[in-house]
Amino acid sequence: MENSSSNLSIESAQQSTRKYLKLSGLEPMIVSAETNFINVGERTNVAGSRKFLRLVKEERFDEALDVARHQVEGGAQVIDINMDDGLIDGKEAMVRFLNLIMAEPDIARVPIMIDSSKWDIIEAGLQVVQGKCVVNSISLKEGEEEFIAHAKKIKKYGAAVIIMAFDEVGQADNYERRIEISKRSYDILVDQINFPPEDIIFDLNIFPVATGMEEHRKNAIDFIEATRWVRENLPHCSVSGGVSNVSFSFRGNNPVREAMHSVFLYHAIKAGMNMGIVNPAMLEIYDDIPKDLLVHVEDVILDRRDDATERLLDFAETVVGTSKEKTADLSWREESLQDRITRALVKGIDQYIVEDVEEARQQAEKPIEVIEGNLMTGMNVVGDLFGSGKMFLPQVVKSARVMKKAVAHLLPYIEEEKKKNAPQPPKGEQYWKTADPTLYGLLKEYAKKMRNQPTDAESYLWKALSGKKLNGYEFERQHIIGTYIADFICLKENLIVEVDGAIHQLPENKSSDKERTQWLESEGYKVIRFTNEEVIHELDVVLDKILEELKKTPPLGMKGAGKVLMATVKGDVHDIGKNIVSVVLGCNNYEIVDMGVMVPPEKIIQTAIDEQVDIIGLSGLITPSLDEMVFLAKEMERRNFKVPLLIGGATTSKAHTAVKIDPQYQNAVVHVNDASRAVTVVGDLLNKRSNQKYVGDLKEDYEKFRVGFLKRTKKKEYLSIKEARKNKYTIDWTSSQVTKPNRLGIEVIEDQELRKLESFIDWTPFFRSWDLHGKYPAILTDDIVGEQATSLFNDAQKLLQKVLDEKLLGAKAIYGLFEANTISDDDIEVTSEDTIITFRTLRQQLKKHAGKPNFALSDFIAPKESGIQDYIGCFCVTTGFGTKELAEAFEKDLDDYNSIMIKALADRLAEAFAEYLHKKVRMDDWGYAAGEELTNQELIKESYKGIRPAPGYPACPDHLEKIAIWELLRVKEKIGVELTESLAMWPAASVSGYYFGNSEARYFGLGKIKEDQVKDFANRKNVGFEYAKKWLNPNILDQ
Amino acid sequence: MKDIRKILEERILVLDGAMGTMLQRHKFTEEDFRGERFKDWSVSVQGNNDLLSITQPEAIKEVHRLYFEAGADIVETNTFSGTTIAMADYEMEELVYELNFQSAKIAKEVADEFTAKEPNKPRFVAGSIGPTNRTASMSPDVNDPGFRAVTFDELRIAYKQQVEALIDGGSDILLVETIFDTLNAKAALFAIEEVKDERSIEIPVMVSGTITDASGRTLSGQTAEAFLISVSHIPMLSIGFNCALGANQLTPHLEVLAQKANFCVSAHPNAGLPNAFGEYDESPEQMATQIKEYMDKSLVNIIGGCCGTTPEHIKAIAELAADYKPRTLAVESF
Repeated sequence: MENSSSNLSIESAQQSTRKYLKLSGLEPMIVSAETNFINVGERTNVAGSRKFLRLVKEERFDEALDVARHQVEGGAQVIDINMDDGLIDGKEAMVRFLNLIMAEPDIARVPIMIDSSKWDIIEAGLQVVQGKCVVNSISLKEGEEEFIAHAKKIKKYGAAVIIMAFDEVGQADNYERRIEISKRSYDILVDQINFPPEDIIFDLNIFPVATGMEEHRKNAIDFIEATRWVRENLPHCSVSGGVSNVSFSFRGNNPVREAMHSVFLYHAIKAGMNMGIVNPAMLEIYDDIPKDLLVHVEDVILDRRDDATERLLDFAETVVGTSKEKTADLSWREESLQDRITRALVKGIDQYIVEDVEEARQQAEKPIEVIEGNLMTGMNVVGDLFGSGKMFLPQVVKSARVMKKAVAHLLPYIEEEKKKNAPQPPKGEQYWKTADPTLYGLLKEYAKKMRNQPTDAESYLWKALSGKKLNGYEFERQHIIGTYIADFICLKENLIVEVDGAIHQLPENKSSDKERTQWLESEGYKVIRFTNEEVIHELDVVLDKILEELKKTPPLGMKGAGKVLMATVKGDVHDIGKNIVSVVLGCNNYEIVDMGVMVPPEKIIQTAIDEQVDIIGLSGLITPSLDEMVFLAKEMERRNFKVPLLIGGATTSKAHTAVKIDPQYQNAVVHVNDASRAVTVVGDLLNKRSNQKYVGDLKEDYEKFRVGFLKRTKKKEYLSIKEARKNKYTIDWTSSQVTKPNRLGIEVIEDQELRKLESFIDWTPFFRSWDLHGKYPAILTDDIVGEQATSLFNDAQKLLQKVLDEKLLGAKAIYGLFEANTISDDDIEVTSEDTIITFRTLRQQLKKHAGKPNFALSDFIAPKESGIQDYIGCFCVTTGFGTKELAEAFEKDLDDYNSIMIKALADRLAEAFAEYLHKKVRMDDWGYAAGEELTNQELIKESYKGIRPAPGYPACPDHLEKIAIWELLRVKEKIGVELTESLAMWPAASVSGYYFGNSEARYFGLGKIKEDQVKDFANRKNVGFEYAKKWLNPNILDQ
Repeated sequence: MKDIRKILEERILVLDGAMGTMLQRHKFTEEDFRGERFKDWSVSVQGNNDLLSITQPEAIKEVHRLYFEAGADIVETNTFSGTTIAMADYEMEELVYELNFQSAKIAKEVADEFTAKEPNKPRFVAGSIGPTNRTASMSPDVNDPGFRAVTFDELRIAYKQQVEALIDGGSDILLVETIFDTLNAKAALFAIEEVKDERSIEIPVMVSGTITDASGRTLSGQTAEAFLISVSHIPMLSIGFNCALGANQLTPHLEVLAQKANFCVSAHPNAGLPNAFGEYDESPEQMATQIKEYMDKSLVNIIGGCCGTTPEHIKAIAELAADYKPRTLAVESF
């Protein structure tokens, strides 16, 4: 390394003139030649840490502060804070969190790295931190003008800055481009605006090596060499980067990854990299790397051999760590039967389960013991691992698949056993099965006495039950159970019938009714009671009730932990989340009554009564579902329900639950948006010993949250719709370019080739639907969920390829481009060949800072009075045909995992189709962006020109506008996608929306609107005020 | 007039002493504060020292004169509370421009008198910019640490108005002082940079923080060096400390600046710590003995006094400073 040694001498020679990067929190931090390497903490980044994201979303800032504190205590010298997430008001969260940090001296002592892709968030952050921060990041991506403007501001605020090696053309991915962009950025900063060179930090893009692609071979060495060039040629600046990227292709093999990180850092630091994001846990000490591994890794990092990648891949096989599951390793098959069953459940391996369960059955006295013993032992391990965060949702769903297969194998034997053991006429022996042996003698005497002295009602009922008169069910009377004697019992169904409200018992053994019932229930019996009156006067009713109870199948061979009703509410068709929660609860021994999708409230209520469920869980994805849930809570209150209500689904939130649902129902209401929480929440709710306190605490918590929320929201000011219109966004139509579409009118795509959509898939939301949070592809290498995410991704790919190969899903689309102009501020008049239709848009009413407009989508279309003919498009795509059938087939095969998977994939494909079609429209049909070249990443980031907002989403939350689109395009008639009563699309994997082509069109969130706009909207749309109010409800400001 | 930077290379410059201490000697009544112009003002204005630049300009000029006579090279304008934020207590937000303009104007008149008399010792006016009575990075509400009573933008706008008036009135230097919250100072410095850009002018800027107690930190929690780094993005004439502590207690923190700062270093400590009656009773001689240590260690380029100091203190300090060479700046070239 001749270069680096000469570098050192230059450095010492320059010592006197060398300028160092100096940062500050409450204390100084100086990056000098002596400082080894500055480690930046990145756990306080919502994109990188699922936990942090959740804490911020739930406004649990105290715990979010703990995350920051742990990092500082753990040695982070700078903390990176990022609040870029679609569901967070990034600016508000950034300011709030930074303000709170400033009040914590043990955190605030280190400098802050303000990380956002949005300039307004960065600036808001800079305005609340007294120390010298680092801005992460700016680049030439949007051109010199913006770059210079932001750099000037940063200089005035007194911060250092990370410059990404990115320019108008794209991201630097080789040596020359890295140098070209950093040199250009440096020259602009230092020469043009006099930016202190020591405050410049370059992020030169660390990309993976050993991917198998020829063009990636030099990724590491190019970075290292570019770093050397930058440090030698651009005086005083620093170089930083995210290290874990480099080993991306070896995810799952930690020993190799750790070695790669160390080797990479060893060389990069020698070349001058002096800052970066490194997970200390994923770093091997350079000297401790085994020599042979070191050689192979260095060959790859430094690109020293043509076959370096292959050689490392081969070698990696021999250093696979414990973390990697080798599928070929079958040594576990040698272990004990219980260990094998447990392992199969924990790892979700269904290959051998039937074989193992059969072996267990042959060893057991009764087949049911296999479930209660072997399988439950395994499932308890799963439950513990899941509860302690060591297992993730997809694994649990896989476990459930194994469990189902095992139970399915046992079921016929259990049935047979039941028949064989059908209750015999009561003879001595039978009593021993249920009686407490120490008391048996005494009880027998007492029972005999009771049998001889029955009450009138008892005799009357016995006449009706004895001799299998009731549909052939065998009953016994005065049966001894433990220390109690039951009036009547059907042993086969474990049903106890009590008359006169009391179980007879020995006088010296008295305890309350409640205790008795509890004990009997805990022993797996069901107890129903009738009064003497009922038996004598309404025997028919009594017998019906007994029969009804008898017919209900008890939980599969187990004593159920409780019964949970799950339903997606009326008008809503989305059920991925609901199904996941069902499966997880099912695995934890709860009996699930799954009512499916689009369930009307009266049906939910009736089923809850009939099935005597212990909990009701409601799910919904679209905004009208929120009102359905409120309605159901009211209904439950009216009908005097006592059972807890669980709320979940993408649009639900703790805020909505606390403010709108909780006050409607006196009993427990819990927002559960995380399947992993569902188990503990349901457990706490049904724990008879402590649930009263739990529910009390819960109610109090929601009350507190509600008060806080309402207090907070009151602070915002709103404009009247008139004022808001005055402050609308104005495009200068005299200079704005309006492109006439190449093809006006409606087009239909009957059978879209699915394979073309594959590259358009945005995988991040896919992982979110499985409760794995983080951005794709970084999530695959995440410290916590990475391994699981990778395995899920592989399974998804497998199914996706099958779907693509066998064309299992039907994809159709309809879209149209039309002449359009805005009329009277907020309406868009659309002219098609045979009709004129008006889209009604909604306008933001939140009072903005000076200079910030109140947007409505209509602002992006030229007004009629401008005399300019403008255009609009709308579309509907679906990839949902066939999903239901596939899902049902999987379910039939007891494979919930793939049943959920296919739905999640169909959703992704629909989004991909929307992206694909939008591109086609931009470049071809409309043609305003004919020369566009964007990568998939840029598409996901919505870097393109023009927008495609969807009714029901933030810019236009009004679902009613879908009706207008359906009418205009005749969607249902042409491609068969229908709207439900809540205006959800069916099949569920569908996307619809508008196209706006103006380069100034942008996505925004409508936010809250006031009643004056609702009235105005109702008038414009010619619908009743109450009707409009009902549909816009989630967006209407609470007065 | 000779450039102040040149003079700073040659000798230690002397800043004036306390304004408030001197004004207390007049025992001004509410009527005196009001003068004829504000006799019907709706709220009490007694204690609004900045207002005296308008209602008792002669008294203010007299204080400036006494300090220049004692040997000061620089006097501070009587504008410590001259922002809309600090003037809100007296409902005098509308008067902010005038107060600053007048204060700078009368100080400049006195300075010009002395420069004319003694052209080889030019006298300067530093426009004093106080911290306001609100903090941008601390919450006044102990139950809500995330709350802030003032935002960066509110401060920036208020400071900008003060800066413009101080420059228009004839200030030679701007002095951002008694900084207990660095974020407030950053807002003031941001405003100054804006005005400089907009007017395409250069004006020297002095920055002076306050170490509040024995913890050795500013009220907002920063160490001396962290404070220095946080404001170093501005091309300052000097950085230093004033107020809260006496000369002795300030020494270790000045040592940090003297060692690390590539700017001139200033100090204007109090006349010791207040006694049981809230008075500063360190004599000129006592204070000068302590400041001799600064000189011996070559810690400062600009020296003066804050609370409790009088023309007598400044005289003693000025006589001492005349015998010493100024601190030389750290190696880094500008």
